[in-house]
Amino acid sequence: MAQPKQSSLFQRELVGKAIRESFIKLNPAVLIKNPVMFTVEIGTLIMVLVTAYIALSGDTSQGTLGYNLVITLILLITVLFANFAEAIAEARGKAQAESLRKTRQETPAKVIRAVGNKQVNEVQTIPSSQLVRGDVFVCETGDIIPSDGEIIEGLATIDESAITGESAPVIREAGGDKSSVTGGTKVLSDRIKVQVTTQPGESFLDKMIALVEGASRQKTPNEIALTILLAGFTLIFIIVCVALKPFADYANTPITIAALISLFVCLIPTTIGGLLSAIGIAGMDRALRANVIAKSGRAVETAGDIDTLLLDKTGTITIGNRKATHFYPAPGVSKTDMIRSSALSSLADETPEGKSIVELAGTDVTRNLSTTGATLIKFTAETRSSGIDLPDRSNGLVRIRKGATDSIRTMVKRAGHAFPEETEEQAKKIAANGGTPLVVSQNDSVMGVIELQDIIKPGIAERFDRLRKMGVKTVMVTGDNPLTAKFIAEKAGVDDYIAEAKPEDKMNYIRNEQTGGKLVAMMGDGTNDAPALAQADVGVAMNSGTQAAKEAGNMVDLDNDPTKLIEVVEIGKQLLITRGTLTTFSIANDVAKYFAIVPALFTVSIPALQSLNIMRLHSAESAILSAVIFNAIIIPMLIPLALRGVEYKPIGASALLRRNLFIYGFGGLVAPFIGIKALDLVVGLFV
Amino acid sequence: MSTEWIGVVVMYGLTVLLAIPLGKYLANVFKGEPNAFDFMAPLERLIYRLGGINPHRDMNWKENLVALLTINAVWLVYAFVLLLNQGSLPLNPDGNPSQTPDLAFNTAISFLVNCDLQHYSGESGATYLTQLGVMMFLMFVSAATGIAAAVLLFRSFMPQSVETVGNFYVLFTKAITRLLLPGSLVVALILAFNGTPASFDGKDTIVTLQGDTVNVSRGPAAGFIAIKHLGTNGGGYFGANSAHPLENPNYLTNMVEMIAQVLIPIAMIFAMGFYINRRKFAWVVYSVMTIGMLGLLIPTISSELGGNPAIARMGISQLTGAMEGKDVRFGALASGYWSIVTTIISTGSVNSMHDSSMALSGAMQLLGMMVNAFYGGVGAGLLNFYYFLIIAVFVSGLMVGRTPELFGRKVEAREIKIASIVALMSALLVKGGTALGAWIFMKYGAAEWAVQPSAWLNNPGFHGFSEILYEFTSANANNGSGFEGLGDNNFFWNYSTGIVLLLGRFLPIIGPVAIAGLLAKKKYVPESSGTLPVDTATFGLMIFAVIFIITALSFFPALALGPLAEYFSLR
Repeated sequence: MAQPKQSSLFQRELVGKAIRESFIKLNPAVLIKNPVMFTVEIGTLIMVLVTAYIALSGDTSQGTLGYNLVITLILLITVLFANFAEAIAEARGKAQAESLRKTRQETPAKVIRAVGNKQVNEVQTIPSSQLVRGDVFVCETGDIIPSDGEIIEGLATIDESAITGESAPVIREAGGDKSSVTGGTKVLSDRIKVQVTTQPGESFLDKMIALVEGASRQKTPNEIALTILLAGFTLIFIIVCVALKPFADYANTPITIAALISLFVCLIPTTIGGLLSAIGIAGMDRALRANVIAKSGRAVETAGDIDTLLLDKTGTITIGNRKATHFYPAPGVSKTDMIRSSALSSLADETPEGKSIVELAGTDVTRNLSTTGATLIKFTAETRSSGIDLPDRSNGLVRIRKGATDSIRTMVKRAGHAFPEETEEQAKKIAANGGTPLVVSQNDSVMGVIELQDIIKPGIAERFDRLRKMGVKTVMVTGDNPLTAKFIAEKAGVDDYIAEAKPEDKMNYIRNEQTGGKLVAMMGDGTNDAPALAQADVGVAMNSGTQAAKEAGNMVDLDNDPTKLIEVVEIGKQLLITRGTLTTFSIANDVAKYFAIVPALFTVSIPALQSLNIMRLHSAESAILSAVIFNAIIIPMLIPLALRGVEYKPIGASALLRRNLFIYGFGGLVAPFIGIKALDLVVGLFV
Repeated sequence: MSTEWIGVVVMYGLTVLLAIPLGKYLANVFKGEPNAFDFMAPLERLIYRLGGINPHRDMNWKENLVALLTINAVWLVYAFVLLLNQGSLPLNPDGNPSQTPDLAFNTAISFLVNCDLQHYSGESGATYLTQLGVMMFLMFVSAATGIAAAVLLFRSFMPQSVETVGNFYVLFTKAITRLLLPGSLVVALILAFNGTPASFDGKDTIVTLQGDTVNVSRGPAAGFIAIKHLGTNGGGYFGANSAHPLENPNYLTNMVEMIAQVLIPIAMIFAMGFYINRRKFAWVVYSVMTIGMLGLLIPTISSELGGNPAIARMGISQLTGAMEGKDVRFGALASGYWSIVTTIISTGSVNSMHDSSMALSGAMQLLGMMVNAFYGGVGAGLLNFYYFLIIAVFVSGLMVGRTPELFGRKVEAREIKIASIVALMSALLVKGGTALGAWIFMKYGAAEWAVQPSAWLNNPGFHGFSEILYEFTSANANNGSGFEGLGDNNFFWNYSTGIVLLLGRFLPIIGPVAIAGLLAKKKYVPESSGTLPVDTATFGLMIFAVIFIITALSFFPALALGPLAEYFSLR
C-alpha cells in the first residue's frame, strides 16, 4: 500500500500529548465505554483499597505491602497502556488531519476584496484554503478554479475533463442552471467572476477530525459485535474468578485478593480490549494518509466487504483521454491531403482529442497551416461533429468537419455525395479494436477516418487481478459503444462493463447487485453521479467533483485518483483483520497465563498441582507478577501493529485464515509461555 | 488386536455406517419428501387434527419457540402431578410410595429436559404407571423436542432469505412417528429376546446359591431402555442403570445400547448435510466432533487400561485394567468407551461406576459434558454446536477481513449477543452451582437439613469436589449421569439441580433457534472468493479452537481442583 507520508509512529510531541491524555481517560465515565478495561480499573481500585488497608493495619494475611503495591501499580499501568494506545492513535489522526488542512490544494485564488476606507475593490491572490463562503474570485484563461462556486458575472469555456471525463469543453455563464463551476477545473477562455458557495473540503475534514477525536466517534457494527463478545468473555472470567473463592475454601486454600484479581485481569481479553479503539481510529487515520476522507468509520469498514466495484473507464482504466493513433484516407484521397484537413480542423480545437490529432499530424504539416479568418464550429450534441470554416482564395469557403461516422454519413449523403464503403469498413474495424473512429469530411466529401485509441494504464490489469483474488468484481463504466467497451474491458481485465452508460444505468446496475445481496462501491464526481453515489454502499466522491457528489458519497478522495478505491478496500479489510487477529492472540494468551497462575494459587495446599507448573516458575508470587507484567507490557508492544494494521494478503480466504490462525493463534499460544518464563527469571531475582 | 478392541471398533464403525443412510432418510422426512415411512401419515394427520394443528403453516422462530415452550410446560405439570400421587394410582404392584415434592420436581424436570438425573431408584422410587406414563413418555417427547429444535436451525443455512424456520409441531410429530417409535421397537425387541423384562408382574423371588431369598424387581423395561438410549435420555429403569444385569444383560445388548445412543446424534449431522445440500460441511462438523471425542477417549482408555497406580503400588497386578466399579461382562475398555460416549452425547446412562473411574477419566467425562457438543444429545448437540459455530464464524470472518458471514448471512451484534449469553450461562450454571454446593458444604456442614450437608459426600478431598462438580455439570449438560457417591435426594440437590436443568436445557434451545431465525431472515449474499468457506479443514480447526478455548478456559480451575489434583496426587 502506498503510504507516502510514512512517519515514525511515535513522534515526541504526540507521545507527550498522548501520555497526558492517558491519565485523563482514567475517568470512569469515559472508560465505561470499554467494558474490558473498565473492569480492570475496578480491579485496580479494589487493590488500592487492599493496599491501603495493609499499610494502615499491618495485617499481612493478604500478602506483604510491597507485593500488593506492585500488583496495584501494574494494574494501573495496564489501564494506562490501553489509554495510551487510544490516545496516540487519536493524536496521530488529529495531526494528520491538521496537516492536510494546511497543505491541501493550495491553488492560488484571485479574490476580490473591498480594501481601505473607501472600500475599493482590489484583487488579491490568496491560497484557496483561505477562501470562505461568500468570497468572490476572478478566473481568467488558463486558471484553475480554486473552489466550487457560482458564476456571477461573465462566461467562459471550461475544461471539466478532469472530473467528468468529457473531453469537450463546456460553457458556463452567469444566470441559468449552467452557472456553477467546480473546483479543480480549468478555464480555457474568457474571464469569469465566481462566488464561493462552500468552504472547500473543510466540512469533511472537520467531520473527520471529530471522528478521530472520539467525541463523535461511533462504534462500527463489527466493533459493537466484537465488544459484546469481549464483554461476554469478561463476564465468563468474572464467574471463573468469583467461583474460585468457594472452590479454594473447599480445598482449604486461602487465596489472596491480589491473586484473584491478577488472575482475573490476566484472563480477560485486555490485549484486544486495550487496543480495540486504537485499531478503529488507526483505520481512519490510514484512510486519511491515503488522502481519503471518510465520513464515518462504518464507511471504511464496509469498504472491506465490497463485492462489486464500479469504475469509470476514463482516468481509471485508461489514461486520461483518447489519443489519435492513425490516419486512414478515403479511396482517392491522398494521405497528405487527409492529414492536412484533419490537422486544420483540429488546430483551433482545444479538446485533448483535437490536440492529439495535431500532435500526430506532426509539426512538418502543421507548421505551414494557418487558421486566420476561420470560423470555429463547435461540437454540439445535435450535429455530433465539430470543425472549421476556412476562407479560401480560390473557391470561397472550405468547410472541414470531423465527427462520429453516422453524423458525417448523414451530412455527406444530404449533400448528395457517396459515403465510401472502405471508410465505413475501416471505421467498424477501428471500433472493433477498441478505438473510436472519427470521420473527416471536406466540403461534404469524405477525406478519411482518424483512429482514436484509449491507452490502458500500465499495471491496471494486475490491480484488477488483485481485486479478483480479494473476491471483488470490477465493473467498467463507459460512454463508449459496446464493441469498444468490450475490447477495453477484456484488455484491462475487468469482469464486466456498462457501455453507453447513462447515469441511470449506473444506478440500476448498483440496485441490481444490491438486490443480489452484494455490497457495491463506486467512485464518482459529477452531480449526475450523486444518486448512484448515495445508493452505493461505499461512494467515493472525488474532491474535484461537484458539491452534490461530495455530499452524496461517504468518502471524499482528495487526490482525485480513481484507483484509490482499491486502497480503500484494503484499508477496510486490514481494519477487520487487525481486530480479529488481536482478539485471537489475546484469548490464546490465556492458556499460558492459566499455567502460570493456577499452580501458583494452590501450590501451598495442593503440592501435587506443581505438576501443572510446566514453566517451572520461581515462586507463586513471581509467577503471578510475571503474568500480570506480561499482560500489561504486551499492550504497548502491540501498539505499532494496531496502528499500522495487520497486513492483508489476497491469497484467498481459507489460506488467509490458516496464515493468521498460525501467526496469531498459535503464536498467541506460545509467546506468553516464553514471555512469562523470561519475566520470571528476572522477577525471581527480587521476590 | 484383542477382542476387547475389536468390540469397540465394531461398535463405532457400525454406528457410522448406519448413521449415514439414516441421516439421508431423516433429511427426507424433515423436508417432507417421500420416504419409507409414509404409511405413518394417517396417524400423523390424526394427531394434527386432535391437536388443532395446521401442518402446512410455517412459523417464524418466535412462534416455534412459544409452541415448544408451551407444550413442554404442559408436560412438566402433568409429570409433576403424576409423580406426586403415584403411590395411590394403579399399576403399582410393588406398592412403592409417592415421590416427595422436591424429588418429584427434580424428576419431572430432569426427564422433561432429556437429562434423567434420577435422584431415585426405579425399583423403589417409581411405579409401573409413572415409569411408562411419565418417564418413558417424557423420554420420547424430550428427544423429539431436541430433534425438532435442531431442524429449525437448518433453514438459516439455506440460500434463500425466509421469515419462517419451519413448523415445530410437524417436525416433532414426525420425529416420533418416523424415527423414535420404529427405532425403539427394534431395540426393545432385541433387548427383550436377550432377557430384559417386559411384563407388568411385580417383584420376583429367587433363592441364591448361598440360600438367601432375593426379591428381583421387574416391569415393562425393554421399551423403556430402548428409548432411553435412542433418545439419549439415559434414565435407567433400574437404579443401577445399564450396569444392571436385567437392563443390559450381555455384551450384545451392550453393543446395541451403545450403538443406539450415538446413532441419532451422528445421523443428525449427516441429516443436516443432506437437508441443506452441503455434505462437505457435514463431514467437517462430523470430523471436528470425532476428533473431540478421540481427544477425550484416548486418555480415558489409556488410564483405564493402565490400572490404578495406588493398587499397583500394593504389588497387585491389574491385567484387565482398573476394574473397580466395572462389570466383568464388559471389561475396562468397553466401559471406558461407554463412559466417554455417554458423557459427550447427553445420554448419561452408565454401565460402570463413574465414581470409580480413574481420575483422568473423570476429568475427560467432565470435559465431555462441559463441551456438550461433540455429537451431543439428539438435536441438543447441534444446538450447542451452533453457538460455537457462530462465535467461530465471527472471529475468523474478522481474521480474513470481511464482515463475518455464515452461509451468506452476516453475523452481527445481535447474534453474537445471544451466542455470548448462552456460553456465559453454561459457565454460570456449572460454576455457580458448584460454588454454592462447595460453599454450603464448608460453611453450613452442620445445618439441620434432612441430610446434613457434611454428609453429602462419599469421598473427602478432591474426589468429593469432583462429585459436586460432576453433578452440576451433568445437570447443565442435561446429561444425567452421576459420579454417584453423592447424597443427592434431598431438597438442596433436588431444587438446585432442577433449576440448572431447566436453564441448561432451554437456553441452548432458545438461543440458537433465535439466532437461526434472525439469520434466516437476513439477505443472502452469494459466496465469492473473498468469503470464508466454512466447509474446510482450516475452519474446522477454528471451530475446534473456539470450543476448546471457551470450555477449557472457563473450566480449567475447577478441573484443576478436582480430577487433575487427584490425578497428580495419585501419580
